[in-house]
Amino acid sequence: MKELKVEADHENMQKVQDFVKGELEQSPGLSHKDLLQIHMVIDEIFGNIVAYAYEDGRGDVVILVDYDKTQGTVMLVFTDEGKPYNPLLNEDPDIKLSADERTVGGLGIFMVKNTMDEIDYENRDGKNILTMKKQIGGSYA
Amino acid sequence: MLNVKTEISGDALHIALEGLLDSQTVSDLKTVLYENFDKVNAIEFDFEKLEYLTSAGLRTILVAQQAMNDKKGVMTVKNVPKDIMDVFNMTGFSDVLTIV
Repeated sequence: MKELKVEADHENMQKVQDFVKGELEQSPGLSHKDLLQIHMVIDEIFGNIVAYAYEDGRGDVVILVDYDKTQGTVMLVFTDEGKPYNPLLNEDPDIKLSADERTVGGLGIFMVKNTMDEIDYENRDGKNILTMKKQIGGSYA
Repeated sequence: MLNVKTEISGDALHIALEGLLDSQTVSDLKTVLYENFDKVNAIEFDFEKLEYLTSAGLRTILVAQQAMNDKKGVMTVKNVPKDIMDVFNMTGFSDVLTIV
């Protein structure tokens, strides 16, 4: 289990991507698609925290990554101390609308929900804690 | 990590993307689109070498589709790899876009 703490700044996106990729690249059974999907999840979740968590725009994010060999699961945990926000309560976007009727919100979380096998949100000690797990190398989406 | 190759023929803009279209790279695509929205009536995307995309990329593709719809133009997306098609199916973009 490894942890990285960075300021909630979009400038740190690549640092977060490299950190997670560095931890997972050596893991047996991790497919290229798993890595791409995890890249997407980081882009969405870290991006959301950067954009919305801290009203004055300053604060930290802690990213934890773990690979459980026996279960074949990757776990990602994002923790921030910004305003309480449970992304799982977001209404899913209506994916049946035409191009002109569509708005651009909510897609990211929707994609994350459809990509990870387990997502859990908790607000504890003034912290937003989002825990996500993904079964890797399997036939899951 | 995103290569945007563009070519204009007549009133059509051809855009081939290579790499990852995400929140870090999407501005490269936006720049090309906004420079050309007024000048073209057709956009053709080639996704053959696009590895993956995030919602930041989807939003910009949607903006391009809406821009073409507004001016009664045409937008097509060709050579969509399976991983990207999975994302289009997941988000309903497969119904919104003209995938050829």
